[in-house]
Amino acid sequence: MERAVSATMLETRRLCKNFGALEVARDIDFRLDAGARHALIGPNGAGKTTLVNLLTGLLQPTRGAVLLQGEDVTTLAQAKRVKRGIARTFQINQLFRGLSVLENVCIAVAERLGAGGSMLRPAGRRAEVIGEAVRVIEMLRLQDDAGRRVAELPYGRQRLVEIAIALGLDPRVLLLDEPAAGIPSAESHILLDAIATLPAEIAVLIIEHDMDLVFRFARRITVLVSGAIFAEGTPEEIAANRDVRAVYLGSALDA
Amino acid sequence: MSGLPAAHAMAARHRLQWWEALPWVAGVAAFFLFPNYLAFGTQVLVTILFALSLDLVLGYAGIVTLGHAAFFGAGAYTVGMLAQHLGWNEPLSGLAAAALVAGTIGLVSGLVLLRTHGLTLLMLTLCTMALLEQAANMGAAWTGGFDGMPGLSFGKILGLFAFDVLYFRSQYLYALVVLFLGFLLVRMLVYSSFGQGLTGVRENLLRMHAVGAPVRARLVIAYTISAALAGVAGALFTQTNAFVNLAVLGLERAAGVLIILILGGYGRLYGAFVGAILYLLLEHTLAKAYPTAWQLGLGLTLVAVALYARNGILGIVDALRRRLAAWSAP
Repeated sequence: MERAVSATMLETRRLCKNFGALEVARDIDFRLDAGARHALIGPNGAGKTTLVNLLTGLLQPTRGAVLLQGEDVTTLAQAKRVKRGIARTFQINQLFRGLSVLENVCIAVAERLGAGGSMLRPAGRRAEVIGEAVRVIEMLRLQDDAGRRVAELPYGRQRLVEIAIALGLDPRVLLLDEPAAGIPSAESHILLDAIATLPAEIAVLIIEHDMDLVFRFARRITVLVSGAIFAEGTPEEIAANRDVRAVYLGSALDA
Repeated sequence: MSGLPAAHAMAARHRLQWWEALPWVAGVAAFFLFPNYLAFGTQVLVTILFALSLDLVLGYAGIVTLGHAAFFGAGAYTVGMLAQHLGWNEPLSGLAAAALVAGTIGLVSGLVLLRTHGLTLLMLTLCTMALLEQAANMGAAWTGGFDGMPGLSFGKILGLFAFDVLYFRSQYLYALVVLFLGFLLVRMLVYSSFGQGLTGVRENLLRMHAVGAPVRARLVIAYTISAALAGVAGALFTQTNAFVNLAVLGLERAAGVLIILILGGYGRLYGAFVGAILYLLLEHTLAKAYPTAWQLGLGLTLVAVALYARNGILGIVDALRRRLAAWSAP
């Protein structure tokens, strides 16, 4: 009990998820601390994205609980969890492709500020929404593309828009599902820079296969294998763990 | 506000452009230029309003429906039955009653239908319309059944302007004013944050959930407003034509308005105007030239649009404008 309860941002207790006979999450006790830089790694099919889906409420667990700052949010719908500060990006881009970058972020900001259902005032006259969206866009250095339609952007820029939308929600917890997936390695530094400059108070959980990125970014790593937590610790501990090397890291670290 | 050009563009987007006055100038000019075609003109105006209501759900929210005539018909029958059975023939309150009835049907059916997507949704909208059509067919004591209700009469508009049976002058202006008000409503909605959220639903449902939007509630609200507006269009139809029959509720009308929107370009407000005018003109002239096979011409036009102008006539205009801008830029 040396860590104060308040330092835990997001927590799962004995979380289980079955798809029929297939167990994709088995008794997962996971905690994400406030301001964490936490990586979730594991072989394909280990259940990493499923865990994110359980945390955001896109999936309902078969058993177990999800707690946000000690409060049980297991039965809370996705939209309500977003309002409480859980934002995510998707492994495969989920963007408003026909709209401009600015509009993409504005939609997120408007929802957070409770303006999303407003019918009387033109969206263009909400200086607070646009201003906030511009701030996020500038933070991710997307300003030159702000007026372009997302569908016209190169894939790497689109990945940044994913993050911009999530940041537009002003999250306390940010779940990044393979943010570097599909980006040419020459461009991945842009993404790494963006992640490195995320506000320190946001708890960030990143799923990533690029071990370079993981070890540069994470201060804590959880290894998931076959739906269960296999190992957890600091990057040094994980790198030194023989079992982890055996199941997963081996080639990636030796290379 | 920030100095980003994109932010300025967005802040200015909802402002009225000079060319937006053109349809209304043309609408008033047509009144003086074509005094013998005002019945046709009235039909065009009613159809534009109907198509505009569909654009809100189909073009902006991305709800694919084949049953929008359900609401047009609900409005049309509401004013017809009120006038026939209760002697309630005051036009403006009739429009309000039609909006209320059609809106309620939209709300109730929307609460059920909008839980589904794609083909299921398409079929269910079709079923809703078929149910109403059958109800209108079988409730002959109230609806006049297969024959409908011919020879209705309506009171003076605002107590001042009587419906003009021969030349449709007052009908035309009445429909023009109601269309204008309906247009202002839809325009306000699509440029609001609510409207922006609807395009978000159309563009990516999963992401819209993930930004915390109450997606289904938004869709139901949009569907209800659209239904009420379609009901007003239907009521206008009955009032200006002084009759109502089963054709207002049929698949042909529902498909027709869909074609109009695809022809003109959906999700762009003015597609309803361009599409309705083009569709009805085609129907009018082709039916005169080839009374037996006029739908062939319509079909060919639609094939051409589907192949070469995916975004409708206004999509072509957009593409031309973009090309012109690229050409004039250094």
